[in-house]
Amino acid sequence: MSEVLTGIGVCAGIAAGPLLRIAAAPALPAPVPVTDAAAEYTRAEAALAEVVAELGRRADRATDDTVAEVLRAEALMAGDEELRDGVRELIDDGHDAPHAIDGAFATFREAFAAAGGYLAERVADLDDLRDRAVAVLLGLPMPGVPAPGHPYVLAARDLAPADTADLDPEQVIGLVTEVGGPTSHTAILARALGLPAVVACSGALAVPDGTIVLLDGSSGQVRVGVDEAEARAAADAAAQVAAAASGSTGPGQTSDGYGVKLLANVGSAKNVPAADEAHAEGVGLFRTELLFLDRAQEPALDEQIAAYRDVFTAMAGRRVVIRTLDAGADKPLPFLNQDGEPNPALGVRGLRVARQRPDVLTTQLAAIAAARSQTGADVWVMAPMVSTLAEATDFATAVYDAGLPKAGVMIEVPAAALRAADLLKVVDFLSIGTNDLSQYTFAADRMCGDLADLLDPWQPALLQLIGVCGEAGRAVGKPVGVCGEAASDPLLAPVLVGLGVTSLSMSPRAIGPVRAALAARTEAECRRLAASAVAAPDAASARKLAV
Amino acid sequence: MPTRTVTVGSSSGLHARPAKIFVEAAAKAPVKVTIRSGDRKPVPAKSMLSVLALGAKQGTEVILEAEGDGADEALDSLAELLAKDLDADV
Repeated sequence: MSEVLTGIGVCAGIAAGPLLRIAAAPALPAPVPVTDAAAEYTRAEAALAEVVAELGRRADRATDDTVAEVLRAEALMAGDEELRDGVRELIDDGHDAPHAIDGAFATFREAFAAAGGYLAERVADLDDLRDRAVAVLLGLPMPGVPAPGHPYVLAARDLAPADTADLDPEQVIGLVTEVGGPTSHTAILARALGLPAVVACSGALAVPDGTIVLLDGSSGQVRVGVDEAEARAAADAAAQVAAAASGSTGPGQTSDGYGVKLLANVGSAKNVPAADEAHAEGVGLFRTELLFLDRAQEPALDEQIAAYRDVFTAMAGRRVVIRTLDAGADKPLPFLNQDGEPNPALGVRGLRVARQRPDVLTTQLAAIAAARSQTGADVWVMAPMVSTLAEATDFATAVYDAGLPKAGVMIEVPAAALRAADLLKVVDFLSIGTNDLSQYTFAADRMCGDLADLLDPWQPALLQLIGVCGEAGRAVGKPVGVCGEAASDPLLAPVLVGLGVTSLSMSPRAIGPVRAALAARTEAECRRLAASAVAAPDAASARKLAV
Repeated sequence: MPTRTVTVGSSSGLHARPAKIFVEAAAKAPVKVTIRSGDRKPVPAKSMLSVLALGAKQGTEVILEAEGDGADEALDSLAELLAKDLDADV
């Protein structure tokens, strides 16, 4: 008998296999008196050796050199002879193995913390090594992502970037988390790796390790306790669908030939090969924040020209929609001194930064223009966080003044969506950022997992606002794109097209399945589906229409 | 006792990758090498945790010491390693 858990599907696909939970750090047990110090030391030494061996295995497996190097450095720390001497002394003083290991790490922990800076940040590494050794002593799984050596579905409360640095896609075939939302780290990671994933799925951590589950990243359902034959059949069927989708090529279009541009989201020229592999027709969102992060001063004109030119050159002959600096809120930049805003998501972010620092935008537009003139890409420029016609007008003027041919604005604020027709009088195109448009439409923080249901891209109110933009575009024949994560959902793509969206930009991995989904519908079907989804009473009903 | 005084050359200091390279080299030396900074207690150069705990930054002066056969050769090659910018050496 199988049971069904329901969460929010954030990356389409089917995963079937045993579920394993990410293990929590073990608590230190109550101290016990030591009768045989030599045996106790052997136990402690063996635990440390197992930690070293496990880090070595992870390093061997890591495909990223930096990750492998970090893991080997950690192995050196866990195998340190001074540490072992410390453990031995503490055991000789009458401490048991777990407390001796804790105490020996604590000595170095203090030295690291006192040194400050880089070393103080490494305190977390020491704590992690201690937790690993203590877990071995207690016969518990080591904290972190399991590496059982076979494919499995990973379950966690939520995943942090540190948990997933060396996530092995050969072993982890799907993700399910108890909290998190469509824009959480788990969701972003899943889409980057193309892993079927369900978030905000309560009950996932109550499933015993090893139970076979069947996870559907589209419907958000996780069936628990399916039998192995059924799981294998489902996995095989999913693999065939995925193979067909990833093999699809050519421009995006519906079955009756209505063209929809399928574009890639990129952060730098490094992402371009993946976009090419997915047969992206161009770049629908070139994020320029990467260049500005962690900087005490804005990057100089020449440095910006070089970074933009790299992407434009790689995309020669194709469309590249570049977004001007989207700073603020979750991406604060030191050189803009934005500290102290009581509510950064509602503060000076995106294009609003130009109110205080117009020079940053002017320099960036000059760099984009210079880079464009040196390459053959079809460069379009858009601004984030635009709310009013006046902002759109000022931005478009600045873009044309810089000698750039196409100016557009992002639709992330409901005020802008409602006035889409006005905005299209002064700009050449719109691009809808569904993540922020959800957040601002529902007054629900993107980082707040408890409100994940409100941030569901199938919410009819969100679809309605997208429809307002689509209609405005159709009326004047100007492009309206979606570059939020919603564009990567193969079920939602036909709905967006039916609402009037003319291009979809997403992580390169998502392009194949979206292309296949569009090819399965006529344009008229997309329009009918869109009308019913907007009319649906809630997100779940809207999604059911498309399944 | 053979001694070498060296200024740390790695731009990130004796941390992360440079520390790993240095510690691995010290572990291969035929003699026991110690390292200290200022008037603090010397620590084994092949102990990753102790070397990290020195908190040596680029420009910090450290003192290497060793005794026995091959001590001079071992100190020379370790001193050379410390003086280089190991972050740049990819």
